[in-house]
Amino acid sequence: MRERTVLDVQGVTKRFGGLVAVDALSLAVRENEMLGLIGPNGSGKTTVINLISGALRPSEGEIFLGDEMISEWPARAIARAGVARTFQLVRILHSLTVLENVMAGAVFGHKRLWGAAARKFALRQLDRVGMAHAADAPTASLTCIDEKRIELARALASDPDLLLLDEWLAGLNPTEMQIGIALIRSLREEGRTIVLVEHVMDAIRSLCDRCVVMNGGAKIAEGTPEATLADPEVIRAYLGVGHA
Amino acid sequence: MTARETRTLILVVVAFALLACLPLLRHGYLLSLGVDIAMYTVLATSWALFSGPTHYISLATAAFYGIGAYVVAAGIGTLPYPALVALAGLAGAVAAALVGLATLRLSGVYFVIFTLGLAELVRQIVTWVQNNFTGSRGMYVLTSITERMIYWELLALAAAVFFIGWRVARSRLGFALRIIGNDETVAAHLGINSAACKLALFVISGAFAGMVGAIMAPRLSYIEPSIAFTSELSFQVVIMALLGGVHRLWGPLVGVIPFTILWEVIAARFPTQTVLLLGIAFLLIVYLIPNGVVGRIESALRAAQRRVSHA
Repeated sequence: MRERTVLDVQGVTKRFGGLVAVDALSLAVRENEMLGLIGPNGSGKTTVINLISGALRPSEGEIFLGDEMISEWPARAIARAGVARTFQLVRILHSLTVLENVMAGAVFGHKRLWGAAARKFALRQLDRVGMAHAADAPTASLTCIDEKRIELARALASDPDLLLLDEWLAGLNPTEMQIGIALIRSLREEGRTIVLVEHVMDAIRSLCDRCVVMNGGAKIAEGTPEATLADPEVIRAYLGVGHA
Repeated sequence: MTARETRTLILVVVAFALLACLPLLRHGYLLSLGVDIAMYTVLATSWALFSGPTHYISLATAAFYGIGAYVVAAGIGTLPYPALVALAGLAGAVAAALVGLATLRLSGVYFVIFTLGLAELVRQIVTWVQNNFTGSRGMYVLTSITERMIYWELLALAAAVFFIGWRVARSRLGFALRIIGNDETVAAHLGINSAACKLALFVISGAFAGMVGAIMAPRLSYIEPSIAFTSELSFQVVIMALLGGVHRLWGPLVGVIPFTILWEVIAARFPTQTVLLLGIAFLLIVYLIPNGVVGRIESALRAAQRRVSHA
């Protein structure tokens, strides 16, 4: 396994005034790898996603996508370079139809299709997440899982080199959760390169090749899901001192 | 082109052809009303091209309009009139580009205040220049251009606005603006350059307002800062566009026609209370029909459709 490094985060720190949200974090993601980014609430996971996608700029450190240093780029340039994301609180474009929501990813992202080609490609992505039947529907009456699927299809429609999923499984009921996990597993089997922020431990165990565990903005463990989740320091971070 | 688009196009062409016959009636009052309606149609429609999708309220119309009028006033002796109209459009576009670069990063309220201040700023600068360097404050625009020619020019400009609006709506730019209007964060993460998209539309609306000012200059015949840069014009354009609805290309037109006629009555009957009545109209529209008449009609139609499908 000597695959290309797609994402390389080197010593990235993010401060908000006096608060250090991310503290000298380094991590690398190889091609076709699914990396789980886990940690207790407030440990800085979503901030890392925001730093990679360009929603925020690092206070210190560098982020590389392939050979390009993207840490100073605006979000739109990073998106065009091939990074797509979903949001912790799902963001659907409500005045657009379901298909148009997905086309938005194909038209402006990494892929830059237009007209019939964009429509066809978007329809394929909708089909991919099991929502092709709703293509022309308005977005007003969608269920939570459907909104999440559309947002995922929109991210896939840009044909990203790196996909960032920020708690994509959060808020789903148990039945929806099974559908969701199966869907992400199918992405993994396609060989997509994915960074996954997640709280659902079953999903982490069954989906991720590797985990990075964060606490208080810093990396406290890294390795296979089994090894990291058994790490005494990780258990302490999640459950408190008495349980280690 | 789909069958429906072809039908719409034929309808629009026929409507413009009929409207172009208005001066043949030789009815002075109707023609003058037609000029006003055509002028406000161009201004309100081009305003809505920018403000509809971006939700930025621009009060800079008077600034671009005044610049256009002054381009004609300053150049009428030296350059042919059509070249001056084109130059006025260019001046409006450049002014809009400068303003846009400086302000489109500002959030809504600051943008509104800045654009309102802009018309006043340009007016003060022009007044100062005229007071200090040219001796007189006003300028005469004396041409052989008649009211009916002005009407036809404005009608052609209206056709151009609708054509550009239609093209933009079908382009990547139009799609990008719809996404920006929904959620600017998502737009950025999709790879859209929001600032450039907004700027493009603001420049288009500035160019049209500049050309309208140039076309109207011969009708004003005497141009001075308080006439050319009247902020009342900016407010009227906003009110008309909002009254009609900014979510459809033809929405502002639905507001322009009744409001222009209403304004004729108000200006004749209550000449000293126009600003007060303008303010009241603004409040009523914003509170009662925020999506405009067109928005109201469309939601009523949707509700009716739902009732039919449930029955």
